[in-house]
Amino acid sequence: MNKIIQTDPDQVEDVGPLYAARKNVYPQSVFGTFRRIKWGLMAFCLGVYYLLPFVRWNRGLGAPDQAVLIDLPNSRFYFFFIELWPQEVYYFTGLLIIAALTLFLMNSVGGRIWCGYLCPQTVWTDLFYAVERLIEGDRRERMRKAASADPLKLGRVSEIVLKHSIWLLIAWWTGGAWVLYFTDAPTLVKELVTFQAPAIAYIWIAILTATTYLLAGFMREQVCVYMCPWPRIQAALTDEWALNVTYRYDRGEKRMSVKKANELRALGLPAGDCLDCYQCVAACPTGIDIRNGPQIDCIQCGLCIDACDNVMKKIGGPTRLIGYDNDINIQRRMAGEPPIYRIVRPRTIIYTALIALVGGIMLYALLTRSLLDINVLHDRNPVAVKLSDGSIRNAYTVRLLNKRGFDRVVTIDVDGPQDAVLHVVGDDSITPDRPMVVLGRDGTTELRVLVTAPSEKNTEKSIPTKFRITDIGLGEVASAIDNFVSP
Amino acid sequence: MAESELDEVSGKTTTGHQWDGIKELNTPLPRWWLITFYASILWAIGYWVVYPAWPLLWSYTRGALNYSTRAAVGVELAILEKIRGDKMIALGAASLADIEKDPALLTLARARGKAAFGDNCAPCHGSGGAGAKGYPNLNDDDWLWGGSLDQIVQTIQFGARSGHTKTHEGAMLAFGKDGILKRDEIGTVANYVRSLSGLPTRQGYDVAAGAKIFAENCTSCHGEAGKGNQELGAPNLTDKIWLYGSDEATLSETITNGRAGVMPAWVGRLDPSTIKALAVYVHTLGGGK
Repeated sequence: MNKIIQTDPDQVEDVGPLYAARKNVYPQSVFGTFRRIKWGLMAFCLGVYYLLPFVRWNRGLGAPDQAVLIDLPNSRFYFFFIELWPQEVYYFTGLLIIAALTLFLMNSVGGRIWCGYLCPQTVWTDLFYAVERLIEGDRRERMRKAASADPLKLGRVSEIVLKHSIWLLIAWWTGGAWVLYFTDAPTLVKELVTFQAPAIAYIWIAILTATTYLLAGFMREQVCVYMCPWPRIQAALTDEWALNVTYRYDRGEKRMSVKKANELRALGLPAGDCLDCYQCVAACPTGIDIRNGPQIDCIQCGLCIDACDNVMKKIGGPTRLIGYDNDINIQRRMAGEPPIYRIVRPRTIIYTALIALVGGIMLYALLTRSLLDINVLHDRNPVAVKLSDGSIRNAYTVRLLNKRGFDRVVTIDVDGPQDAVLHVVGDDSITPDRPMVVLGRDGTTELRVLVTAPSEKNTEKSIPTKFRITDIGLGEVASAIDNFVSP
Repeated sequence: MAESELDEVSGKTTTGHQWDGIKELNTPLPRWWLITFYASILWAIGYWVVYPAWPLLWSYTRGALNYSTRAAVGVELAILEKIRGDKMIALGAASLADIEKDPALLTLARARGKAAFGDNCAPCHGSGGAGAKGYPNLNDDDWLWGGSLDQIVQTIQFGARSGHTKTHEGAMLAFGKDGILKRDEIGTVANYVRSLSGLPTRQGYDVAAGAKIFAENCTSCHGEAGKGNQELGAPNLTDKIWLYGSDEATLSETITNGRAGVMPAWVGRLDPSTIKALAVYVHTLGGGK
């Protein structure tokens, strides 16, 4: 029987604060393999972000020559050799699917390596920390300065001003690069410098300056721990084979000084390798202790590995007390078995196959997509018209799409009702049975098309009708099916 | 019972709440989250002050900015009207034939014409100009008053039997009601008229009498061959299109009571550019001559 528990409000004890004050994090500078990888990736990511708008790509006369350009006023997206129209936004959907699957794959191989190395939040926060360290000093100094009772000394004030100025400069540059993706970059840079740019450019720069400054300068690890959904998703996706940043407690425990460990070992007794020096904690950008096991706050950046390895090298112990490893191997080592790694396993194979599949479909669709297209819309009212000689006429709104960078001429013909005559309103071309239409470069042309056919030869209520356009120069063909309806 | 205690596994305290022995860990939210929450409440209060927010009995609080979405739409519409105004001037200046040759002007005229058609013409002619009994279908090639651009403009401007001094005049007489033709004569001529466009006729009707009645009464308007006369709005009786219907009963009704459908004059009610756009729209529906 369950006991019914009565709660008496008077007896409620203080359960501690419902809202926690933020624990400030002062990450210590580290040197090592993972720090070098992080510097390299940071330089690469920021380099791509800041410089890509200036890369040129020749698309011929009249077309923008910016390699990557989101042209909102004209509804075009340019990416090197690719030009997308608004109706092709499904390529973007495919790209997002690939991005999600790549995250899953990264996660099944190396845990949250996206978070630790490539996420913009991490990259910019890392950069802001580097600036802070350069100006205010390393962990201990910053902690001392933060706790200092006399923060208004001239030297300290100038440090603070300098730090925030550089942060704002980086933030401003971040917003500045963002707007360059939406219009011709060199022109906009000139306009921005001479204060001739449109107000919207300054507004967006201001917004992104504010978000970068706030997120990388102040919110930092709070974004990763409380605001971002990915750690929660990641926790559901990870498995026992994923290489997460792992403290090898089989080797590290019990924690003790080098001296005591040496004494115990001399006696042939088991001793832990961990010195409890807290270098891993000091280096952590989210302020956690990796030795507590996998945690939602851990972004898997590997800086604690570098910190621990440096200590181990100094004391002459084996490195990688903390390393990219999995829980299975800790259990195996404790049981005296060799560690096993399975990067290639059903999960990673399936993710890779899915990425290849979606990528393949997208590439195929992209390479075989038509640069000439036709859309046909049947008149809804009236659907069909009887003419004075008894024949039937249907009217259509036909939209022709020319995705090439030059003008071209197409002929239109129709295949469906018997003895059908096609007429384009406003057309008086020399080939009335196959009207010729000029299509402007990189745009659409709308026509009103009339199809007339004798009623006695077309007695069916509805006859499938194929509208076809043929480029007279290139021979490219596009067609669309509609119906020819009798009244 | 509600006692906070230390949970040994997580090292955290519990809130003291428990359900069937399941206890809840106290995982405090960060304080900045709480501050953000209060800040958004303050933001909402600021919103009430600055923007229209609270309904009053007969009005509402206007807010410090005196902002109104209605006024904002008005401004946008005024800008749009300005842009359209310039284009409509270009349309007004171009000749009717030029408009159909220039793709840009044709698109503009068709779009403007379609909008004006929906506002002014659709109640009688239908939204796509398909017409109805007594209201001509504007998509076909059969025209009472002519299907050229100029003739369509003329008809839109002054209407038919509209009372305007320049309007199209001419009406089908009430041959039966006014005692011009007798009942059996009407039946005979109705069958004769059906034969003109190849429709089947009643067996044993007097063809010669029908032709005679037609020649004596109808040819002055509809012509000797029954091809009609666009000057008088007399329809072609030899084609497949019938404004009121081609069965004997309807034809007899038409001959007995006459027909005089009215189209209002639009000159003065619509500006010349709009009438031009309407003419181009109707002309390009398919039947334009």
